[in-house]
Amino acid sequence: MSDLAISRESSEYKKGIQAGISIGIGYFPIALTFGLLAKTSGLSIYETVLMSLIVFAGASQYISLSLIAYGTGIFEIILTTFIVNIRHFLMSTSLNEKVEEDHLLNKLIYSFGITDETFSVVATKEGTAATGYLFGVISVSYSSWVVFSGLGHLIGASLPKTLQESMGVALYAMFIGLLVPSMKKSVKVVFLAILGAIFNSIFTMGHFMAQGWAIVTATLLSAIIIETAEVIKMRNRSVHHED
Amino acid sequence: MKTEIVWMILGMGLVTYIPRMIPFVLFKGKELPPFIQGVLKNVPYATLGALIFPAILFIQKEDIWYGVLGAAAAFIVAFLGANVIVVVLGSIAVLSLYSYLM
Repeated sequence: MSDLAISRESSEYKKGIQAGISIGIGYFPIALTFGLLAKTSGLSIYETVLMSLIVFAGASQYISLSLIAYGTGIFEIILTTFIVNIRHFLMSTSLNEKVEEDHLLNKLIYSFGITDETFSVVATKEGTAATGYLFGVISVSYSSWVVFSGLGHLIGASLPKTLQESMGVALYAMFIGLLVPSMKKSVKVVFLAILGAIFNSIFTMGHFMAQGWAIVTATLLSAIIIETAEVIKMRNRSVHHED
Repeated sequence: MKTEIVWMILGMGLVTYIPRMIPFVLFKGKELPPFIQGVLKNVPYATLGALIFPAILFIQKEDIWYGVLGAAAAFIVAFLGANVIVVVLGSIAVLSLYSYLM
């Protein structure tokens, strides 16, 4: 029996690795550039790799580099990091409904690996997400992020400009690739995505709030509005049936 | 390594880890009111919309059409039912070709 459980976990792990490959590809140019910028900001290769190992959150790591360059204090850099990454709270809360029951220790470990990208891959998977699957997705993503951050610092150059730019589309293409199959199946998903996109565009381009808050607010607003609309629709339908 | 930088990295790591970890430890899941559960199920799709727009339009700062083309390529390949990796590689290929021709 335990053999069976182990082989199921390992096949889930393999599925996770396969699903994580797009993230691995997408992180490659971003991590490489991060390593390069970290070098020009005066971080040593150890500090660069340590940051990718411990923080594992692209946007905030980039921001910290520009703040270091401005000579911003440590406390403000940490506070900014917190604000930029607060959106993961919402993602973890949503994902918590989808993962299978497991030991606290496993949850403590894999929760470290929740990024915009790992969240998107796991959340759009059909059915529940096994722990092995989460570990698979996260291990590819994390390795790519850490290794290529170090490599970027080491070689001290980014990719040729045209390749760098065209690879910049990778993560967005992945998000679209994850979203479209669900859009084809459900009108609700179409409305959710469009509303999320519109609110976030208004918030970020209108400079109403910092980027971290814009995504959280846009997501929550859209999710609540659509859910409320659905509840009202259901209620009306049942009222009609009673007539 | 400079001690100051190491402390900064540790602090950044801590404030990033806490919001990621708290929901898994604090909430049991599947026990929240149905409305909240519904909202949480909606979150991934609204997030994806917000993660894609408007950022994809600015992947190349001088040329907004670059992002539009990348988004269109990804959407078409995905709509035809291709695997996510094919969507990623396909849009990279389309944009490489576009840069090459321009």
